[in-house]
Amino acid sequence: MGMSQNSKTKPINEIRNFAIIAHIDHGKSTLADRLIQQCGGLEEREMQEQVLDNTDIERERGITIKAQTVRLEHTAKDGITYQLNLMDTPGHVDFSYEVSRSLASCEGSILVVDASQGVEAQTLANVYQALDNDHEIIPVINKIDLPAADPEKVRTEIEDVIGLDASDAILASAKTGAGINDLLEAICTRLPPPHEGEADKTTKALLVDSWYDIYLGVVVLVRVIDGYLRKGQKIKFMSNGATREIDRVGMFTPKKVELDILGPGEMGFITASIKDISETNVGDTITDEKKPCETALPGFKPSIPMVFCSFYPADAGEFEKLRESLGKIRLNDASLHYEPESSQALGLGFRCGFLGLLHMEIIQERLEREFDLDLIPTAPSVVYKINMTNNTQVELYNPVDMPDVVKIKSIEEPWIKATILVPDEYLGGLLQLCQDRRGVQVDLTYAGGRAMLIYRLPLNEVVFDFYDRLKSISKGYASFDYELDGYGENDLVKLEIRVNEEPVDALAMIVHRASAEKRGRQMCERLKDLIPRQMFKIAIQAAIGGKIIARENVSALRKDVTAKCYGGDITRKKKLLEKQKKGKAKMRQYGNVEIPQSAFIAALKMGDE
Amino acid sequence: MRPNLHQLAIYFHWPFCLSKCPYCDFNAHAFDSVDHERYQKAYQKALAFYAEKLGDREITSVFFGGGTPSLMKPEMVAVLLSDIKKHWKIADDLEVTLEANPTSVEIEKFKAFREAGVNRISLGIQSFIDKDLKFLGRQHDVAQAKRAIEIADQCFDRYSFDLIYGRPDQTIKAWERELKEALPFAKGHMSLYQLTIERSTPFYMRYNRGEFNVPDDIDGAEFYHVTQGIMEDAGLPAYEVSNHAALGQESRHNLVYWRYQDYIGIGAGAHGRFCMNGQKLSSRDHSAPEVWMERAESQGHGSHEWEEIAPEDKFVESLMMGLRLSKGISISALEENSECEFKDQIKTEHLKTAIKEGWVNFDERQISLTREGLLRLNQIIPYLLR
Repeated sequence: MGMSQNSKTKPINEIRNFAIIAHIDHGKSTLADRLIQQCGGLEEREMQEQVLDNTDIERERGITIKAQTVRLEHTAKDGITYQLNLMDTPGHVDFSYEVSRSLASCEGSILVVDASQGVEAQTLANVYQALDNDHEIIPVINKIDLPAADPEKVRTEIEDVIGLDASDAILASAKTGAGINDLLEAICTRLPPPHEGEADKTTKALLVDSWYDIYLGVVVLVRVIDGYLRKGQKIKFMSNGATREIDRVGMFTPKKVELDILGPGEMGFITASIKDISETNVGDTITDEKKPCETALPGFKPSIPMVFCSFYPADAGEFEKLRESLGKIRLNDASLHYEPESSQALGLGFRCGFLGLLHMEIIQERLEREFDLDLIPTAPSVVYKINMTNNTQVELYNPVDMPDVVKIKSIEEPWIKATILVPDEYLGGLLQLCQDRRGVQVDLTYAGGRAMLIYRLPLNEVVFDFYDRLKSISKGYASFDYELDGYGENDLVKLEIRVNEEPVDALAMIVHRASAEKRGRQMCERLKDLIPRQMFKIAIQAAIGGKIIARENVSALRKDVTAKCYGGDITRKKKLLEKQKKGKAKMRQYGNVEIPQSAFIAALKMGDE
Repeated sequence: MRPNLHQLAIYFHWPFCLSKCPYCDFNAHAFDSVDHERYQKAYQKALAFYAEKLGDREITSVFFGGGTPSLMKPEMVAVLLSDIKKHWKIADDLEVTLEANPTSVEIEKFKAFREAGVNRISLGIQSFIDKDLKFLGRQHDVAQAKRAIEIADQCFDRYSFDLIYGRPDQTIKAWERELKEALPFAKGHMSLYQLTIERSTPFYMRYNRGEFNVPDDIDGAEFYHVTQGIMEDAGLPAYEVSNHAALGQESRHNLVYWRYQDYIGIGAGAHGRFCMNGQKLSSRDHSAPEVWMERAESQGHGSHEWEEIAPEDKFVESLMMGLRLSKGISISALEENSECEFKDQIKTEHLKTAIKEGWVNFDERQISLTREGLLRLNQIIPYLLR
């Protein structure tokens, strides 16, 4: 914690709040680093690459998960020293709500486009969000130092694809520093000051993001709209009515600096001895406890998990460790939902809910990397709405819990609207992929040698391996983004896999009737190869309701006997038996045979080929 | 007290071969120069060590295995046998077996071995087809094999020979022919092993590279059944999974293992199981010949620390070995060997299923496997155990 700084708050006209929008790898973090350095926020020796991406995963994947703000100072040509609040937003669709709240805290955006790559699907989604928030946008064509840079082509693309005037786009290279001064000047002159902001009104601030700090408790990132936030002030969170006393007010430069006060238009952080991050909801309105404002800021939504899967520890002894680890991650990530679950095939684990696929991957990676857990994830699933014959509606989070079919009137599944940008030569393959995944084409347009596809797709067709397939079909050139697009009724069935007539819970899935047979056959064939032969024949079946749609047999082993076994072999043979016995702990009984858990794990890991 | 607790079998391991066979995963080292005298002293020292601990026993059998123990000097065998006679009481019908390869050099020594006290020889014939002997990496040919049997017959009261079947490209018909051709050479005992591709052998690598194929479990079962039929007709029924003998001609030494009786093992990689002070102990001699010898010289024996075998482990070992025998094992022997109750160790439901499937014979006093059961032995043991 830096020294407390007795600062007066800045007049609103001298404040500029802006976000940086970019596709992964287009240089957002490097550009932010360069701006910080230029404004003297950090000395050269303090700079490390991607200053704002805090976690290893953020740095390695080049993505931002948590929002960050940095307060910079820049003296423009008009002689005024402006306070620039740089908002580093998450860029991925899984965090689109978080993105929208981050953008809502700013009045302008810098749109960064790679001079050699052009506009990507993710850029589009974020630009539209910025426009929804009435942002003034400064296009920046970055990486102009690259040999493959074609700024003019990209300028045209920004105009054609996005519809922004790019005539005064700034040509920059975050790497060499070219264009950085122009950009700072443009931020001061072209972006508007905060719209609202009345100092004499009661406190009204937007909760932009929050995270858990082991020393400070929950750190809350805020943008003050009206009034002030002061140390010692009693505040109220409007979404849940929680009240707290502010114990710290401050800003990031990006170093943490304590202040006494945050005024209208300013960004910064507060702490208030909060232990549980679920108290601080992104998008919430913070107001004064005694003199609360009348209406909350618009746009608040509680986080809703969209994708579900279960995590089981590969080593059953690590269940408690998994629980603790999920708890630690949850300290910092209120959008992670989990509850214990027991599976006959896989033992004890947790059913987890995520904002989307990337969120799921990140959590899994953190559990494995930071907490050293070996996990078995089940196939991802989505939330279905089941309309029952008695006219009630049930939400289905896990295929295993599917009600009896005779009581079901219809099943609704979530849909998405996908935006895909792809070079012409791969268009055919992608159309086929979308078609195979029950997609409905909405739009197909061309711009600069690339096609922009808009498709409606069922989310459950996307959660499986859609993104991997898309990347492989387009040799990595297609970009993909999506937004949720309501629920739709469809002919969905629960596909059950049975071993010796007994259902394997972890392998149950909900699929469209048309693809059920293929999926069932694939899973049966896969298991046939994975289940070791034993003394008894093993029947593997795929079934919908009571109807068997695919079957395979693992034939009985006719001979398994050690030819030579004398005095010197006893120890070795017994060790083998012990190993078998130890393996039995990981065996699951199905009828008269025991199936190693590893067979199910492998079946789950193989994905859809 | 068990009636034969006072009996003891002795196993010597000679860990050297002229060359190592590509299918063999036994503790054998290809060496051409071995310090025989030093080895002899180490063996003698170990004998004296065990004699001090277990001197009150009666020795019923001695077995020289390997490796290739026919590469030992007959004088050494004579000294070791005479030491045994000095240290222990000897059974009237002491069985002394030596494993031998049918190469001419070794055949020459048969007479000397007999004079040293060996009274039974076990020959590694493996095949009566020259091409297959070559594939198996053997140093002899069929003519030498036949000659070795002839000499063995002249020198020893009892002899046995081994054959390996289920070889790559071998048809069942071809094996039937070869086995029938071999039978006239047998005298009361034969060991017939199905070729097993063991890990850490050159065959394992070659097999995994797809260089050759061996019969799968279905053909393997067929090979086994055909073999049993021929051997029964010839009056040499199986008394163990891979061992055949006329009545009374069984290897008494090997029966000690399968009956879970006491034996000591001396030599690099040799194992022992013996009772001492009311405990059943396991010994495991260091497997590297050099280390073994140094240990034997310094501490009197070459074993890692002896370990007491827990009751449940004794049950498992006794069951695992006992069920290899055609007669199986009596429930009382199992319980005496292990100090465990049969019903506490066995899954009754699984036993019932195994009986119903026709794999197990069980009559409250004796448990044994049928031929179909023997074929599934490795699966049945863990299936039956709790």
